[in-house]
Amino acid sequence: MDQSKRQKPLAGILVLEFCQYLSGPSAGLRLSDLGARVIKIENPGKGDLCRILPIKNQWIEDNSLLFHTINRNKESYTANLKSNKELAEVKKLISKAHVMIHNFRPGVMEKLRLDFEEVKKLNSKIVFAEISGYGKQGPWAKKPGQDLLVQAMSGLMYNSGDRDDAPTPFGLAIGDILCGAQIVQAVLAALVYMKRSKKAVKIELSLLESLIDFQFEIFTTYFASGRTPQRSAVNNAHPLLGAPYGIYKTSDGHIALAMIPMGDLKEALNKPELDKYKQSMIFSKRDEIKSVLASILKEETSAYWEEKLQARGLWAANLKNWKELKNKASYRKLRLDQEICISEKEKFRTNRCPIRFNGEIMWGWIPAPDLGAHSEAIKDEFQLDADQL
Amino acid sequence: MKLLEGITVIDFSQFLSGPSASLRLADFGARVIKIEKPGSGDICRQLYVSEVEVANESTLFHTINRNKESFKADLKKEKDKKRVYSLIKQADVVMHNFRPGVMEKLGFSYDQVKEINTGIIYAGISGYGDKGEWKDLPGQDLLLQSLSGLPYLNGESTKLPTPMGISVVDILAGTHLAQGILAALVKRDSTGEGSLVQVSMLESALDFQFEVFTTFLNDGEEPPQRSEKNHAHSYLAAPYGVYETTDGFLALAMTSIPKLGELLGISQLEEYHDPARWFTQRDFIKDILADHLKKETTDYWLHILEPADIWCAKVFNIEELIAQPGYKVLEMEMIVKTSKGHEIKTTRCPIRINGEKLESSVGAPFLGEHNDSIAVEFGLKN
Repeated sequence: MDQSKRQKPLAGILVLEFCQYLSGPSAGLRLSDLGARVIKIENPGKGDLCRILPIKNQWIEDNSLLFHTINRNKESYTANLKSNKELAEVKKLISKAHVMIHNFRPGVMEKLRLDFEEVKKLNSKIVFAEISGYGKQGPWAKKPGQDLLVQAMSGLMYNSGDRDDAPTPFGLAIGDILCGAQIVQAVLAALVYMKRSKKAVKIELSLLESLIDFQFEIFTTYFASGRTPQRSAVNNAHPLLGAPYGIYKTSDGHIALAMIPMGDLKEALNKPELDKYKQSMIFSKRDEIKSVLASILKEETSAYWEEKLQARGLWAANLKNWKELKNKASYRKLRLDQEICISEKEKFRTNRCPIRFNGEIMWGWIPAPDLGAHSEAIKDEFQLDADQL
Repeated sequence: MKLLEGITVIDFSQFLSGPSASLRLADFGARVIKIEKPGSGDICRQLYVSEVEVANESTLFHTINRNKESFKADLKKEKDKKRVYSLIKQADVVMHNFRPGVMEKLGFSYDQVKEINTGIIYAGISGYGDKGEWKDLPGQDLLLQSLSGLPYLNGESTKLPTPMGISVVDILAGTHLAQGILAALVKRDSTGEGSLVQVSMLESALDFQFEVFTTFLNDGEEPPQRSEKNHAHSYLAAPYGVYETTDGFLALAMTSIPKLGELLGISQLEEYHDPARWFTQRDFIKDILADHLKKETTDYWLHILEPADIWCAKVFNIEELIAQPGYKVLEMEMIVKTSKGHEIKTTRCPIRINGEKLESSVGAPFLGEHNDSIAVEFGLKN
């Protein structure tokens, strides 16, 4: 399918990304997958530090595979923002853009005079988005906005793992990813508004606010009850949910049981040990019921239990690891990954945009840019040369 | 500040994924009308998921559905169906999270809706996409976590696969659906055309893991290895993790091991000059750190590490967090009120626009609460 002929939804939108690592760049990635033109503004020395941050020492030429994963489908423009000439050129570029996003610590953009008030003078219709760790005010404003630290401070670590476990982090950068995704939401809503009002919009969001929002059910329940939600003692999967909700060991693997009414569960498993438990006990006897279930389920295989439960339409499924998932026909049928060609020899596979428009997948095949790869072309295209301004 | 003023969303969705998407649209100023079936309505109203109730309905329902209206309709009855059609005719967005085929059967497929309203944005969340062997399975959060490998990333390697204790797949799928709807609105503004927007929980769960899943796709498909000690991320080196102290827990992010050794007075760690060993020997290093850190309080360590710009933080539970000045300054809490006067304290939309918080005190609707007012306003015939 030739997508260049079919307009993606954000065709014609120009985004400047003054960001590094994950939160801001993941927002830029989504916008580019949806059809926006995204230009990374990077410093000429090292650029986005994610370029030199590898996972498992995987590199593609001079950049980490991680950088390639987060920055495909973008352009790179280098500028030393401390040089008046180069800053003037960037300002001219800002005057042509629809959106700019930054994730510098509070105060940095103000010092460069690239804060919202100044940028609005350059471009009266700009959508200006800024990401911080903990908001711009208060005692934490200067703390490093790093994902694990924000997870620690947001209360999130008391939702996973069992009651007596140490606080258990999410093993992914949920704060960065959610914050980036919410920035995309706000940027798009602001574009809708800008189109009607012709006015600039400023968006502010912090990783901490994103992770509090993420736990909105937990917070609201706590406000209503005055009690901190407790992880179950065994097989915890969600502090607000009663038995049997959890993951259980079987004789050859693991099985997940979601909300299944006690009556149905008893019928499906047909074990006398469960007889005395009723639906009304799924909270008061949560740990006890889960322990009894754990001892029942470990006696047979995952397939045995899954068949029994799914045959009755009950919410249960065996765990799959990535390899098992990838080997399923549905993985290929749903076309869940894509290949990015760097050169004739170098290529890699990666995820794709999870949103489809008019039945089509939003592929994004253009590899991440080398540092400053597009500086000259962008200067020409937008006539940025400050000597001629 | 209403970014989406004038946008009307007709929302057929239930539970969490779809309703969390329309909640965000409502926060941005869109008008969201829930279409609910008589009797039970959105099943989330009665879902036995929480011990805590508001007005005999689940707190969770009230949390997710604040600032929306409710229109009760029996979609199997011709009369009600016609009323909903004429609502859709005047709307901008239709959204649902039924399993594949249900909206078609009810007479509200994209093609059918497009006939009534050519510029409509029609958005749906499925569990597993509309083809393949899983398409008819229940799209439930824990089941999607379990299919997509997420539990193998959390908790120490000695523990069971550990699910993420928040409905992360529901929330991300909802987040992605809202992104798609908003992008479609941007497109409609420039081309005048509507769109079909589709998201599945499976695709959202994989997108969430894109950094580490890409690593897996390119490293010969090695499975992720959780650390045996103080686990926080399968692909990150020591000290990345959470450590017990005499009075709580301390989180340590990426940091140079010799520097950490020097600051904490652990001479054994000062010899780890090669960063490669921070990964290959991470359990050993974490063990040494854990033994040392458990000897003093969290604040004791913070006073040493923070001035040296080491990435560290105290671990809070919700009760400890909300007592902090750094939490209070965010003003995350707000009160919403139902039409019958029940007050519920909840959290606000995390985004600020032009320096303003996006707040609304309108509580969740009771089932069919707005049938009459909507009928009058939209000219629906009985």
